[in-house]
Parts: sequence; structure tokens; C-alpha cells
Amino acid sequence: MKTVNEMSLSFPSKSCNEAFARSVAAAFIMNLDPTINELSDIKTAVSEAVTNCIVHGYRRSNGTIYIKGRITDTNKVIIKIRDKGCGIENIEKAMEPLYTTAPEEERAGLGFAVMQSFCDKVKVKSRVSEGTTVTLEKTIARQDV
Amino acid sequence: MLKTEFENNILTAYIDGEIDHDTAAKIRTRIDGAAQSLKPKVLYLDFSGVSFMDSSGIGLVMGRYRQMKLIGGMLRVTNIPDRMYRIFAMSGIEGLGVLR
Repeated sequence: MKTVNEMSLSFPSKSCNEAFARSVAAAFIMNLDPTINELSDIKTAVSEAVTNCIVHGYRRSNGTIYIKGRITDTNKVIIKIRDKGCGIENIEKAMEPLYTTAPEEERAGLGFAVMQSFCDKVKVKSRVSEGTTVTLEKTIARQDV
Repeated sequence: MLKTEFENNILTAYIDGEIDHDTAAKIRTRIDGAAQSLKPKVLYLDFSGVSFMDSSGIGLVMGRYRQMKLIGGMLRVTNIPDRMYRIFAMSGIEGLGVLR
């Protein structure tokens, strides 16, 4: 699998950057000619991951969110979203649908479930007090013209 | 982002644009403000103008469901675009009987 395109960006963990991050992800995959649904899937998954960095990773503190994107010659999109926040103690528990540690903020506990449902593969690496990296993978179907 | 209408004890909130963690907080404040002062019997959340939604939209609906219960009213959610229905299905919200 050869990398045909890459990008990286970093931005402060402000909630107004959720829209910015998913728009960048959408723009990045645009020349793969994704369908509306594929585009929406990527935007939604990135939005969930970035929101997790803001709500959970950095909680009420400020930090930087790092995104790295890669596209391979097999039309696979790989997007890594990383924070240097508090980390996740129990990843399995955190990924359980409807489990949330922030009900007072009206979080539904569906972030990881949505990422998993909208991507082909989701990987989570986390270390307490060091941060969390979420890797999203999705292959965009080739459009035969 | 939001337009509200109040008639015959029914408050309708037309949500417009994108629902994420950022905008949901603002939408929530405005809907709750209107509901607290008008005390509607039914709150309709109309999703026809929503162009994007992540799971923050589910939090928004669940929260309004609880708010309406507190003031003795009901919640109804209408015109959910097909593309967003998947997240609603995942949430189990269908079991509350609020989706139309």
C-alpha cells in the first residue's frame, strides 16, 4: 500500500474547531470522488473523535488536537486524531455504547459506536495522563465512470 | 440556527444547519429558554433543515425529552433526514416513541 497523499494539522481544543476539523477531512478526501454518504460518514466520525478530545481528553482545560491524514493507492483513508490529554483508563468501557462520563453535558455515549459504524476500522491507543490516539480507516469505493 | 413558533400550546423548534457539540449547546439554551417561559404541552423538534449531525444531536433530543417530562409536556421529533436516521437507530431513542 503506497501513500498517495498526506496532510497534518493541529488546532486548539475549542468546540468551534469541530466544524473546522470535519470540513478539512471532507476536503482532504474530495479527490477520491466519494459519495455523499461516504463523505458524511467521514465527517461524522471525525467530528466524534475531535469532540472526544475536547470533552474528555482535555476536559475543561485547553490543549492542542493533532490530526494526520493519509490516502493510499488502494483508496483507503486513514485519519489519526490525537490529544495529549488525560487518557482513557478503560478503553473497553469507554467504547461501550451509551456509556458516558459526561451526562451533565448531555453526551449520549455514542461517540465510539458511531465511529465504528461509520468507518471500516477504529483503533484506540491511550495512556492515562499522556493522551489518546484514535485511528479511523475507511476505503472509499472507486467510481467507475 | 433556530426558529421557533408557538401556537395552541405547541412549541415548534426548526433546527437549521449543523448539530455538533458546539452548536448543540447553543440550540439547547434557546429551546429551553422558550420552553421554560411558554410551558408548551408539546415540543416539536423539526430536523428538516439539519444538514449535518453527530451524536450530539442524540444528546440534544434526550435532554429535551427529560426537560419536557419535567414540565409535564411531550416531545416529538419530526422530519429527520434519512442520512441521519442511522444515529437515531443506534441510540435506542426509537423506543421512547418520540420520532415521527
